[in-house]
Amino acid sequence: MNGNRFRPGSCALSRLLLFVTVSCGLALADPIAAAERKSSKEKTKSFPSKPDSSTQQSKPTLKRKLFSTGAEGETAAMAAQINELIRQSWVDNGIQPTAVADDAEWLRRVYLDLVGHIPSLKVAQKFLYDRKKNKRAALIDELIGSEDFIRNWTTIWTNLSIGRQTPRRTSRKGMESFYRDAFSENRPWNKVVADIISAEGHYEENGAVNFLLAQMTMADEAVQATAKTTRLFLGVQVQCTQCHNHPFNKWKQNQFWEFNSFFRQARRIDHRKVDPDTGRRVDDYSELVDRDFEGPVYFEKRSGLMQVAYPKFQGTDVDPGPETNRRAELARLVTTVDEDRLRSDGARPMIADALVNRLWGHFLGYGFTRPVDDMGPHQPPSHPEVLDLLAIEFTKHNFDVRELMRWIVNSEAYNLSSRFGKKNAIDNPAIGEMPLFSHVYLKQMNAEQLFDSLLLATNAHKAGAADLKSSQQQRQRWLQQFVRAFETDENDEATTFNGSIPQAMMMMNGELMKAAISGEKGSFLHKVVSDSENDSKKIRKLYLTALGRRPTGRETKAALKLIKSSPNAMAGYQDLYWALLNSNEFILIH
Amino acid sequence: MLRHLATGAMTIPALQFVNSLSAHAADVKKNQKACILIWLGGGPPTIDMWDLKPGSKNGGEFSPIATSGDMQISEMLPKTAQHMQHLSLVRSMSTREADHGRGRYYLHTAYVPNPTVVHPTFGSVVSKELAPLRDNLEIPAFISVGGSNEGPGFLGMAHAPFNVDSSGRIRNSAAGGLPGSRLDNRLAMLNVVESGFIRSGRGGLPQDHADVYDSAVNLMTSAQLEAFRVEKEPAQLREAYGNNLGRSCLLARRLVEAGVPFVEVNSGGWDLHQNVFGSLRNQRLPMLDQALSALTADLADRGLLEHTVVVCMGEFGRTPRINQNVGRDHWAASWTAVIGGGGLAGGLTVGATDKDGVGIDGPSFLPGDLWATVAKALGIPLDIVYETKRKRPMKIANGGKPIAELLA
Repeated sequence: MNGNRFRPGSCALSRLLLFVTVSCGLALADPIAAAERKSSKEKTKSFPSKPDSSTQQSKPTLKRKLFSTGAEGETAAMAAQINELIRQSWVDNGIQPTAVADDAEWLRRVYLDLVGHIPSLKVAQKFLYDRKKNKRAALIDELIGSEDFIRNWTTIWTNLSIGRQTPRRTSRKGMESFYRDAFSENRPWNKVVADIISAEGHYEENGAVNFLLAQMTMADEAVQATAKTTRLFLGVQVQCTQCHNHPFNKWKQNQFWEFNSFFRQARRIDHRKVDPDTGRRVDDYSELVDRDFEGPVYFEKRSGLMQVAYPKFQGTDVDPGPETNRRAELARLVTTVDEDRLRSDGARPMIADALVNRLWGHFLGYGFTRPVDDMGPHQPPSHPEVLDLLAIEFTKHNFDVRELMRWIVNSEAYNLSSRFGKKNAIDNPAIGEMPLFSHVYLKQMNAEQLFDSLLLATNAHKAGAADLKSSQQQRQRWLQQFVRAFETDENDEATTFNGSIPQAMMMMNGELMKAAISGEKGSFLHKVVSDSENDSKKIRKLYLTALGRRPTGRETKAALKLIKSSPNAMAGYQDLYWALLNSNEFILIH
Repeated sequence: MLRHLATGAMTIPALQFVNSLSAHAADVKKNQKACILIWLGGGPPTIDMWDLKPGSKNGGEFSPIATSGDMQISEMLPKTAQHMQHLSLVRSMSTREADHGRGRYYLHTAYVPNPTVVHPTFGSVVSKELAPLRDNLEIPAFISVGGSNEGPGFLGMAHAPFNVDSSGRIRNSAAGGLPGSRLDNRLAMLNVVESGFIRSGRGGLPQDHADVYDSAVNLMTSAQLEAFRVEKEPAQLREAYGNNLGRSCLLARRLVEAGVPFVEVNSGGWDLHQNVFGSLRNQRLPMLDQALSALTADLADRGLLEHTVVVCMGEFGRTPRINQNVGRDHWAASWTAVIGGGGLAGGLTVGATDKDGVGIDGPSFLPGDLWATVAKALGIPLDIVYETKRKRPMKIANGGKPIAELLA
């Protein structure tokens, strides 16, 4: 989809209009015009809250210019629709949004969110001086098309799928290579999910099998495979229904086991081999295969009564006979689009809502539900219209993940500052309020983002002679120190990279920080300090690199004083850089 | 705060703490209560440990033995059996959440998970209530050995558990030979950057960050770091406690002695869906037996036990029914928690399960009841009501009632 992404043109415009009108059932509003309108005087028009509704109503509007990143065509139209809906929620809640983020704040954020690290000095300088109106949209496209984007999303989905601490006899390399292919080709998400669910084979030759291998570390009748698949890809938590009907959401115990029965042909084989050197038998590869399995699975009700369950998903029965490839059937059922129902009432597979909610949460800090993977009638989404819009359009656009990200990242909500004040004080989900997206919420960098950002900010990896592969291993080792496994059947884990004292001490005194500010030849700090520029210019360079902004007058003064009072210039700059890299402003994505 | 540290704490080494640990221990005995939570992560099969069902189809492979208390426990816990006069069993915990994440949250906070508020784990509550009363304490008031579970929730990062591994080693605690003047410089400059961001109107996180750095600097420069040096204990005692969990328990005792009011000790690997009896017999129970008996005996010897509540449990129990993999699955409906010390009655059983260990005969207890009992023992008033940042009232221990039989 990357290469042949929709480019607007005169004939495309009419196609686009057709698309908007048909897809949303809207004849009232004209999102293309909305996206291109520059004047605030234009009256915004109402969007029905449900796609099938047709009532028009007038509503109060914000005294604020319509926002645009400079995106064009379809992307702009979608962003404009999101903006309309989010603006309506501001009006409904009687709040005013925060101002749009300045370029420095936004640049840093979009880098961290899309490619997983801060921008380089060169990028920051170029972007801040760029005067083009569409520079944000252009940068978004550039980042989404970059190698680092692929790397970042490969990491994110590998972590989500098999955890940070790879379970035994699971191939991290295989899982990564599967997601790497998926994100570099921008494979439609339904294909990705279908591959994961139906995968068979050698764990490095077909990396997709590692998702299930990681959930099948114990002979647990595929209970974990059931719970994790529904949670990660369908956005619902059903693990409790293994033993009883869910107290809140609609899943019943029999549904858990019906879903579970699709996985019961799956079997892992852990191959062993003889080590020629030692003569001992050691682990070789693992693989996921399907064995013969037919008929029902059995489960026990609370009352002790034994029950049977046959493969069935959302009302569709599957032949429980020996000829059926159950996982292939499940893959088909969870990814199939009923085109008629999609057009008539917006029905779409759950995988669409699950990814939309997760990605919205990734970029905006909070999804439409908390947590993002616990959707269902027990927890109505905060912005159902936005969720519907995105999920329906994502489905209609053949599950184009990059395009879905473009819609979100080009939206007004994503482009606001993270400051907030009296006019939107109630919009504070950090204290438990419903998110209204009238400002951007702070997020903590995760360990991967910190490592990659420090590397970028310091050239630490280039100071030593480490080649890429060994620095990858170094990174993996470094990341492991923060993982805490709970040692349960779910292989669940927590991170101690959570803003607590050990993290602070790691930042202050750890090896990585020492390397980052070593000032060794070849390092970024060495390069800056040995330049012939004056101190103020050097200070500015450090600020731009670490924080993506120029220093304030007060900060420049303090930094100059620090350098003057230091035993030598390098020591002064090291201490300054230490302070910048240790600051709240550095570690928080804002 | 950082400014103060940058100019003050660094130049005057934090040595006003001159009491030796043993002198401090006397202080603890006088008026300082503490709690040690031994967390058996994954959910221990309490039916094979504390509430055996000989003769039932669910009974499993172990037999009950007599103890020094008024109960029988598993033959696989012979050392602990000799100290049961100090510990009591609540045999009718009934906690409804049988998912690891939800159960862990419920047992630590006394609240079920809720999407709009994050409740504090009870260690954070104790930190909030007792830390201000301990002027001399420079190390965190809530320490988690071997990894922590839940967080401080709406009480804020200042009450987060401080994690150390069982060796007591604190990573990155030394500035590595950096001259004090340069650390001063760094902290002063850091304060300039941080305070600007705090004032920029972005909510509470930037200030939290500064507070955590404050505590970290405090810790780095404290003589009380000595309390973490578990290797200073005599070899004989270290041997009595054993490795892993035992070492963690010994560290917990040192920390309690130094005035830390809440220590959580983590033991993983209790999620025994298969081969439950083999795992218990060969690994889990010998380790727990040694650690728990040594801790109880050691605390008692030092006169610390009557000031220190010991709780031992996991996120739930395990199914009375033995599954086809000779394992037991998750079971929250009826299980046993161990609690003793801190002036609570020892040697008792409270509540009971039926003959197959499935149902409960008589009253049952919730996590809030257990924590209310601990709160009572620690002298934390039960009528405390917190206000979340969103102004919702939250009762301490979710309004649980102390278990009357244990308040001797």
